[in-house]
Amino acid sequence: MRALLIRDLRLAMRAGGGFGLGLAFFLIVVVLVPFAVGPDTSALAVIAPGILWLGALLSCLLSLDRILALDWEDGSLDLLATSPLPLEAVMGVKAVVHWLTTGVPLVLAAPVLGILLNLPSQGIIWIMLSLGLGTPALSIIGVFGAALTVGFKRGGLLLSLLVMPLYVPTLIFGAEVARRGSQGMAVETPFVMLAGITAGSLALMPIACAAVVRVNLR
Amino acid sequence: MLEQKQKESTKKPMSIWEYANPTKFLRLSARLLPVLWICAATFIVGGLIWGFFFTPDDYRQGSTVKIIYLHVPSALMAINAWFMMLVSSLVWVVRRHHVSALAAKAAAPVGLVMTLIALLTGAIWGQPMWGTWWAWDPRLTSFLVLFLFYVGYIALWQAVDDSDAAADLTSILCLVGSVFAVLSRYAVNFWNQGLHQGASLSLDKEKNVADVFAYPLYMCMAGFILLFLALVFYRTGTEIRLRRIAALIARERRVI
Repeated sequence: MRALLIRDLRLAMRAGGGFGLGLAFFLIVVVLVPFAVGPDTSALAVIAPGILWLGALLSCLLSLDRILALDWEDGSLDLLATSPLPLEAVMGVKAVVHWLTTGVPLVLAAPVLGILLNLPSQGIIWIMLSLGLGTPALSIIGVFGAALTVGFKRGGLLLSLLVMPLYVPTLIFGAEVARRGSQGMAVETPFVMLAGITAGSLALMPIACAAVVRVNLR
Repeated sequence: MLEQKQKESTKKPMSIWEYANPTKFLRLSARLLPVLWICAATFIVGGLIWGFFFTPDDYRQGSTVKIIYLHVPSALMAINAWFMMLVSSLVWVVRRHHVSALAAKAAAPVGLVMTLIALLTGAIWGQPMWGTWWAWDPRLTSFLVLFLFYVGYIALWQAVDDSDAAADLTSILCLVGSVFAVLSRYAVNFWNQGLHQGASLSLDKEKNVADVFAYPLYMCMAGFILLFLALVFYRTGTEIRLRRIAALIARERRVI
């Protein structure tokens, strides 16, 4: 498991793309928003938490099809499926790698981009906390989407279509934590719900991912 | 030969699983379908005429209240169609009856259309009543999310060539999707309270609907349920025949 983790991390780092592209996409979304809604700082401050969450979600989505596609193409997914490691664990590791290469950079970049959107300073800690808590759920749900569409000829768009509705609860609670936090309101309830969604999907989604991959490898 | 088969089926205790056999299913649906069509048409037409022409206007809503006879039944079926897909997906995953998977496939577009009808009639109703076509009310929003789930489910069916793999993938999507759809329902409830404190565009008319409106409404609901059943039986039959044709074509190719 550790070997797989290190291998995937190394591949993600060296192949380029994954890491940098997600961040660049996040940056571009955040930069484009003021052009679209106007430079009024008070308006931007209101929508900043939502925009940051949406940007993070979209750049997560963008990097999903790379999770399994490369392993599928060179056949290492078949080897992983027949290895002594349970396929559920493989899927879990894939999600962890995706989170380390996409989620963590997004969390770290969010405060900087928050300044661009005039995010109130008390909101910075909450956007980091909510993204840090929510992106693992985004990653594992994304692995499910990637597993559903692995090997499809035009899987990219379908992948987004399938994954987006699944992201709704995470987005609602995550953005709610960030929004309430930036306005200095109580955040306990959405925070606990977000943590619950993350914990629940981390526990159960690998099973669904593995089941789907088995079907697609048949 | 037919008699022999009938004897066999009478010998065994009747069980619902017998209709997992496509031939038996088709025979049953051939017998049921005319009845279902006629009942559905009678109930819907009767309910609508009763509702539209023989009930008084609401004292506050005027005639717009009559949209209820389309809105509520279609919303009811939009949810129950997904529930039926969930059950038949489970049956496919556990017992691997092809008819069950095909029934789920057949129900999806019906559910999608029901969701659309509910959303559209809701918008037409909302315009005069709330002064807006659309509000991010929890119920409206969760129906929109349900619509997205239907679209994704149907798109996945169409994207996979191998039919068994498609059935497997879509059933797992249906199972996972159901969990997340329920989660979204409650998340949306929470989110809207967070947005509009105390604003209650409660759509729950069921509680204070007078009997005058309720009886034609029940009739329309029964009609929509029958219509849904008829459509699902019909479309499942079509899917079974489509698959038989595909099998025949494949066999012919092998012979040549």
